[in-house]
Amino acid sequence: MLDWVQSLGRVGLARLAAFGRAGQLLVQALVARPDPVMMFPLLVKQLYFVGVLSLIIIVVSGGFIGMVLGLQGYTILVDYGSEQAVGQMVALSLVRELAPVVTALLFAGRAGSALTAEIGLMKATEQLASLEMIGVDPLRRVIAPRFWAGFISMPILTMIFSVVGIWGGAIVAVEWLGIFDGSFWANMQQAVDFRDDVLNGVIKSIVFGFVVTWIAVFEGYDCTPTSLGISQATTRTVVFSSLAVLGLDFILTALMFGEL
Amino acid sequence: MRMRTMEIGVGFLMLAGFLALVVLALNISGLSLADQGSGYKIYARFENIGGLTPRAKVAMSGVQIGEVTAIRLDPQMLMAEVEMKIRDEVNYLSTDSSAQILTSGLLGEQYIGITSGAEDEMLGEGDRIRDTQSALVLEDLIGKFLFNKVSE
Repeated sequence: MLDWVQSLGRVGLARLAAFGRAGQLLVQALVARPDPVMMFPLLVKQLYFVGVLSLIIIVVSGGFIGMVLGLQGYTILVDYGSEQAVGQMVALSLVRELAPVVTALLFAGRAGSALTAEIGLMKATEQLASLEMIGVDPLRRVIAPRFWAGFISMPILTMIFSVVGIWGGAIVAVEWLGIFDGSFWANMQQAVDFRDDVLNGVIKSIVFGFVVTWIAVFEGYDCTPTSLGISQATTRTVVFSSLAVLGLDFILTALMFGEL
Repeated sequence: MRMRTMEIGVGFLMLAGFLALVVLALNISGLSLADQGSGYKIYARFENIGGLTPRAKVAMSGVQIGEVTAIRLDPQMLMAEVEMKIRDEVNYLSTDSSAQILTSGLLGEQYIGITSGAEDEMLGEGDRIRDTQSALVLEDLIGKFLFNKVSE
């Protein structure tokens, strides 16, 4: 019994310590000594790897999700004779919820895991240690540009996801199912509010970008420098960031739309 | 060279993101930059506003000419007072215009329909529409119908 309590305590302490190290990493890499001149070319490179290369999966899944929403919305709404409202349904569900959340989940799988594996391998092959030996701070050189790249590209990817999704929904609803063009867009424009819906969605995506990249970078930096350690860290990145995104999404939704 | 392709790629990502924001703002949320702030306010009292909300449209013959900006309860008259903003270019509403609360479609949202009168004087900032007709409340209607049936 006491052993069990002890092991529980050990797990708790380890988690707490990891959380503290993650906070330390964040502060050291970002707040303490920013150096924009050195970081810019590195940031461009990371933006390319994290943002541009994620574009394809974002665009494809956004299009398909929008099309499915259009189709499902139509089959439900046509029973009530209000199939013009499908535009508003597609736009609201994408802009408020699906675009930030699904983008964050895909981003964690596509870019987060790659970040973790890359930094973990750097650690395992002692590149981080040798950087330190030649007097370059690995936090500033390796961690900070990757973190900022994730933080910047997430809202951009989310907005692209929304637009492509709504376009996909419009294709299905207007071109295929024959909903009148004008009422589709007019209903949507009347229902979607720029500040309440679009900006809140973007705020969500900024929060998710912060959390997902933070987890990815930290797990890589903090992993056990073995092949097993790297694979565990990569798995943890995907699992933790997905859970964090879904949990935070509920909290943010409750704050933004729940009239608390 | 490698750096150049990367920078071009990132540039396109930034452009796509900016474009997406513009599309979201203008095309999807219907945010218009022009007609914010311009317009004059008129007021109307209604017995019952039904499901009318702020930002609902104010229309004349079905064409939008403004929007509802505020709804409050008048404590003296015990009626709902609706404040609406009419676009500046619509300056031909006569003082004896009437306002009705209408529903777009069977289950659609409610809006205010204005019918112009015959008076030569026009409504201006802060004026009040006196002739109003309340929202159609389905329960009242059913109640009246049943009452008529019973009394027959």
